[in-house]
Amino acid sequence: MAAIEILDLEKSYLVGFWRKRRKLALRPLRLTIEEGEVFGFLGPNGAGKTTTLKLLMGLVFPTAGTARILGMEMDDPRVKSQVGFLPEQPYFYDHLSARELLNYYGQLSGMPAKGRSARVEQMLARVGLSDSSGVQLRKFSKGMLQRVGLAQAILHDPKLVFLDEPMSGLDPMGRREVRDLIQQLRHEGKTVFFSTHILSDAEALCDRVGVIHQGELRGVGAVADLTSETQGKVEIIFCAQKVPTGLISLGAEARVSGDMVNAVLPEEQQDAALDVLRRECLKLISLMPVRSSLEEYYVQKLRTPEAQTESRKGVGV
Amino acid sequence: MNVGGTNARIGYIAFNTFREAVRDRVLYNLIAFALLLSGAAILVGEISIDIERLVVVNLGLTAVSLFGVVIAIFIGIGLVSKEIDKRTLYTVLSRPVCRWEFVVGKFVGLTGTLVVNTLLMAIGVFLALHYVAHRFEMMDVWVLVALYFIVLQFLIVCALALFFSSFSTPLMSAVFTFALFVVGSLAEDLRGFARITHGVGGWLATAIAYLVPNFSALNVISQVAHGDAVSGRLMVYDSVYALLYSAMAISGAVLIFQRRNLK
Repeated sequence: MAAIEILDLEKSYLVGFWRKRRKLALRPLRLTIEEGEVFGFLGPNGAGKTTTLKLLMGLVFPTAGTARILGMEMDDPRVKSQVGFLPEQPYFYDHLSARELLNYYGQLSGMPAKGRSARVEQMLARVGLSDSSGVQLRKFSKGMLQRVGLAQAILHDPKLVFLDEPMSGLDPMGRREVRDLIQQLRHEGKTVFFSTHILSDAEALCDRVGVIHQGELRGVGAVADLTSETQGKVEIIFCAQKVPTGLISLGAEARVSGDMVNAVLPEEQQDAALDVLRRECLKLISLMPVRSSLEEYYVQKLRTPEAQTESRKGVGV
Repeated sequence: MNVGGTNARIGYIAFNTFREAVRDRVLYNLIAFALLLSGAAILVGEISIDIERLVVVNLGLTAVSLFGVVIAIFIGIGLVSKEIDKRTLYTVLSRPVCRWEFVVGKFVGLTGTLVVNTLLMAIGVFLALHYVAHRFEMMDVWVLVALYFIVLQFLIVCALALFFSSFSTPLMSAVFTFALFVVGSLAEDLRGFARITHGVGGWLATAIAYLVPNFSALNVISQVAHGDAVSGRLMVYDSVYALLYSAMAISGAVLIFQRRNLK
């Protein structure tokens, strides 16, 4: 079953004081996320990622279109008890401690009193905040608040988790911990829909990604497919202090780094290049096909003219 | 969503609002109130002859009313708008909480805060009364009724602040609410003026006189200061009036907030 079915969801705002004009924040968006999938929603700042998440969470209302979440209409009150949400740069009631805040959210989520406290402690431990659980949130750093945000999003054991820029404001260690947490959620069978503009995170975590730009979905693809495509080139790394002339004549783009040479050349020249290395008695370190990166896909989709994009056609991949 | 769940959620939101007010030191106003009242009681004890009770009741209840109205306005205008600005609302509304439950919960929380504040101030008023009169009298019961009427005023002020803040900036909401409090405190005079005015002006004055909250009907401070009784009929009438007026203002706030995009 699809966890999320977005059916031509669209949002526009009226801007201007005297002469109101319509500003499109999200063009009709059609997208399906399967259950158990980790989906990355990529795009530059202001692309429409947060608007999409706010629409799905009922914080803003669509101009047109609808969505089905876990088989229910998006405005069905039952949906909220089965989803978790971490907003971008979350703010919380800073008069509360982390423990009090999670307990409050647990109450609002309808968690029974019996077992709620234990679950709160479990979540605090999971995000590494057990030692600061009694401290008021006004004394928390940005990274600690982000951890509280993650804890509240998964507190009530939701089937689907929406995370808006979950790595934002975190140091490398914090980012790694969030990545681990998302991996754990995947292993628990949760569906995770997260927005980010950090491509390495998306590449490491997502089953599929969607690229959105200027309020328009520019492309959707499986990360494994996107990064397994070869570009008809191979990369050869070998020990040498200069690039052999025979390799240059094969059209290799090479650079020397200490005692190593890194050369990229057309796939059909691979055997000839190996012959050159044998002739010169140079030690081969590695030979690999050059694969596409998510970054290349992302850049390509951002440069795609609007008229050719997939949201208009309503298909993925 | 079941009714029990709704009541529970409203209760949780109300308690959190109360806890926030307490931790943000809103009840510190009690210190200023205590200083004012004890100073006044000592001064009155020194200079007044036979009117100590009148002065202490008048001063005490007026202070309770003004302190409460100021708190009601300045917290009321930020009840929802602050949550939108600080985005604390996002994680609340992403849970099984209806928007109307949130508004009502915030309203209940603030009125709860004001009730507690008023109860503590009431203790101060009675202590001051005992200090100047050296005993309690039967007519002091009417002071409690006047305090109840003051709480009814707070209900309306909170609801109005919440209503204005659902579509206006905090500053403008404060101005509108305070203006309505002042005009409403003169509502009886306005109704008298409307009765003697004719034509379009008369219609307009009548409309305004009956549209603004009638705070003057909820003010029995002078009456109880003189030891006069408050009729049971007035108590019922004012209770129903305050509840209906507050409910209307809260309904307006809910209607606006239900449609609002949280950008």
